[in-house]
Amino acid sequence: MAKNIQSLERAAAMLRLLAGGERRLGLSDIASSLGLAKGTAHGILRTLQAEGFVEQDPASGRYQLGAELLRLGNSYLDVHELRARALVWTDDLARSSGESVHLGVLHQHGVLVIHHVFRPDDSRQVLEVGAMQPLHSTALGKVLSAYDPVAHSEAVEVERKAFTPRTVTSLDDFEELLDLTRARGWAADVEETWEGVASVAAPIHDRRRMPVGAVAITGAVERVCERGELRSELVAAVRECARAVSRDLGAGRF
Amino acid sequence: MTATTSHGAGPFIAAIDQGTTSSRCIVFDRDGRIVSVDQKEHEQIFPKPGWVEHDAAEIWANVQEVVAGAIEKAGITAADVKAIGITNQRETTLLWDRNTGEPVHNAIVWQDTRTDALCRELGRNVGQDRFRRETGLPLASYFAGPKVRWLLDNVEGLRERAERGEILFGTMDSWVIWNLTGGTDGGRHVTDVTNASRTMLMNLHTMEWDDKILQSMEVPAAVLPEIRSSAEVYGHVKGGVLDGIPVASALGDQQAALFGQTCFAEGEAKSTYGTGTFMLMNTGDKVINSYSGLLTTVGYRIGDDKPVYALEGSIAVTGSLVQWMRDQMGLVSTAAEIETLALTVEDNGGAYFVPAFSGLFAPYWRSDARGVIAGLTRYVTKAHIARAVLEATAWQTREITDAMTKDSGVELSALKVDGGMTSNNLLMQTLSDVLDAPVVRPMVAETTCLGAAYAAGLAVGFWPDTDALRSNWRRAAEWTPRMDAETRDREYKNWLKAVERTMGWIEDEE
Repeated sequence: MAKNIQSLERAAAMLRLLAGGERRLGLSDIASSLGLAKGTAHGILRTLQAEGFVEQDPASGRYQLGAELLRLGNSYLDVHELRARALVWTDDLARSSGESVHLGVLHQHGVLVIHHVFRPDDSRQVLEVGAMQPLHSTALGKVLSAYDPVAHSEAVEVERKAFTPRTVTSLDDFEELLDLTRARGWAADVEETWEGVASVAAPIHDRRRMPVGAVAITGAVERVCERGELRSELVAAVRECARAVSRDLGAGRF
Repeated sequence: MTATTSHGAGPFIAAIDQGTTSSRCIVFDRDGRIVSVDQKEHEQIFPKPGWVEHDAAEIWANVQEVVAGAIEKAGITAADVKAIGITNQRETTLLWDRNTGEPVHNAIVWQDTRTDALCRELGRNVGQDRFRRETGLPLASYFAGPKVRWLLDNVEGLRERAERGEILFGTMDSWVIWNLTGGTDGGRHVTDVTNASRTMLMNLHTMEWDDKILQSMEVPAAVLPEIRSSAEVYGHVKGGVLDGIPVASALGDQQAALFGQTCFAEGEAKSTYGTGTFMLMNTGDKVINSYSGLLTTVGYRIGDDKPVYALEGSIAVTGSLVQWMRDQMGLVSTAAEIETLALTVEDNGGAYFVPAFSGLFAPYWRSDARGVIAGLTRYVTKAHIARAVLEATAWQTREITDAMTKDSGVELSALKVDGGMTSNNLLMQTLSDVLDAPVVRPMVAETTCLGAAYAAGLAVGFWPDTDALRSNWRRAAEWTPRMDAETRDREYKNWLKAVERTMGWIEDEE
C-alpha cells in the first residue's frame, strides 16, 4: 500500500479535534493534543484557514471550524432555492426581451425546466415547469454541457437525435459547438430542436464558480434572429440576467 | 442590480417598504420595472409568549440605510427621483416623543396578542362587533387602537404626557414620513386612509377619527396624525440622499399590493403570500359589511377622488410556518427547500397542519385556538408534514375565497398572487387545485413596493392615470387546476375537521 500523505493526515486530525468537544482551541492545545511542533501545527492551520476550513477568532486567537466545511457538507444548490433567487431577474428578462424565459438544470440525461416566465404578451401559455429538454440540441442543454462536466459526459454518451435538419448530431461538431459556447459565454439553438423556434442561453454559477444551471429566452425565430443571426441585444440581456442571478448566489463579478 | 441601458436614464420613483421582518427600498422606472433593490432585516423582539415588538429606532436607521443603498446601486442621484412612496406593515403601533423624536416604548407589532383581554373588555356586552359598523373591523388584538390604549395604560406617566400633547402616535407609515420630512425639525405627522382604517379609530363612512370610539378606547385626540389620501404630496424629504424629494404616497402593505396588482375594478382580487397571507377584493365605492368574518377596509384613495373600499381576509401564519419549520424544527435549511422535501412524496399521508399559532384569523377570529397537526400515524414522515405545511396555506386561502363569494356575491374567476411564496411552484399548483380556479402571477413579484411607487407617481404626475398603470401589468405565470372534484371535497372536509380541533385550546387568558 502506498504511503499516505502525512500533512493531510495531520490536517484531518486537526479538523476532527476542532469538531469534537470544545468549540475553540488555541495553537498550543492543538499542537500538544496531536503531538506536533507548534510551527508544524501553525503551518497546517494557516493552510486550512486560507481554504476556509478553519477560522481564527480575532480576539482570542483560538481556532474553530470554518464555514466552508458546512458548505462542503451541503454542497448542492437546491433547485427551488435557485428559482427563488432567480425570480426577480427572470421576470425582468422576460419583460425586457419580450420573450419567454426558462431556467434549467441538469437532471438525469437531460435539462429539467425548473422555472418558466411567460412571454409578456397576454397570449395563452402553459407553464412548462417540470418539463425535460434534450441536452444536445437546446440552448440550455448546450450551456450545461459546455460548463458542467457531468452534463458533458451525459451529452456525449446519449444518442444525439436529429429533431430537425439543423440538429447537430456528430460528436466532433457537437464538441466544436461547446468550445464556441465556452469561448463566447453563451449558446444558441436556431431551429435545432423545434422548427421556427430559436433560443439563447447563458450559464449561472454559484459562489464557487460551479455551474448550477442555465437561463434562456425562447421565441419565434423571426423575432429572436435577424438575418440568420441571434439579435445581439437579446444575447446581452440573457447574459446580464445570468450574471445577476450568479451574483445573487454569491459568485464574484466576471 | 445596477441601472442598465435598458432602463434608460430615468426619471425614477423610489418606494420604501417598511415590512414586518425587513425594510427595503426599490427604485422603479416608468415601465414599472425594478432598477435596484436594497433590503435590511431588523430584530424581532419576543419579551413574552404572544408578545412581538420592534425597535423603531433600528427600523428608522435601516430605512435610511436601504434608501441610500438602493439609490447607490441604481447609480443615480436625487435629481433622477421624482417622488418617494411608502408602504408599511400595518397596525404595528408606536408612540414617540414629539420633542426628542424618541420612541417611548418598542413598537407593538400587529401579531402581538397582549391586548386580547383588553379587547374582550372593550367589547362589553356587545362583543367583538361593537365597533364594526363604524370601522369595518372586529375587536381583535391585531388592530392599532387597543395597542395604543395598552401603551397609555402600561408605560408609566405616558397618559399624562399624551394628554399634554407631548406624544405622537403612528403606524409605521407615520413614523417613517415624520422622520423623512424632518422629525423634530418640522416633520409631518400624517397617516393615510388605508393605515388609518386599521386602527379601529377611524370611521369608514366619514374617513375621520371617530370621537365616540376615541372616548371608549380612552385615546386622546392629541396623539393622532392627520388622515390624508394615499396618493398626494405630504411633504418633502429633509436631509439624506433624497433631500428635497416629495414624499407622495402611503399605503398599508396589503392595499399597496392591491394597487400594484392594478386591481382597480370592482371584483378584482389579489392575495399576497408573505409571513402571513392577505387577500383583498376591490368593492368599489361600496362599504360591504361582512357576515363571514372578513374585514371591511379602505382599498385606497387617490388625492381628492372618492375612496375605494375592499373586503379583506387574512391568514396569520403562512410563510412564517415555513420559517418555523426551518428555524425551530430544523426540517429544512432554507425556505425554498420545503418544496424539495414535499416533492419527495405524493400526498400529505393523512396529515393536516393548522398553524393557529396566535389564534385563528379570518373567517373564524378565534383567539382561543392554537396550532394542531392532526391525522398523525406511524406512516407519516417529515416529507408528509412538509406537504401539510404548504397545503395549510392553500386551504386557508380557500376558506377566505369562500367567505368573499358569500359576502360580495362575486365568484372568483382567477386569483392574482404575489409575495415571496409565489416562487414555490408546488404551493401555487396546490392553490389552484383547491380553489378550482386559475392562479396568476404578475411579472413583478414586488407588487407591494410597486403599489407605493404607482401611488407616488400618480401624485406627482409621473404616470397620468390608472389606465397607464394597468398597461404595465404582465402575466408571468399561470397555474390551472388539476385536482379532481372528489379529492378536493374529501381533502377540504379533512382540513375543516383539523381546524375544528384547534379551537378552545386556551381556556381562560390573563
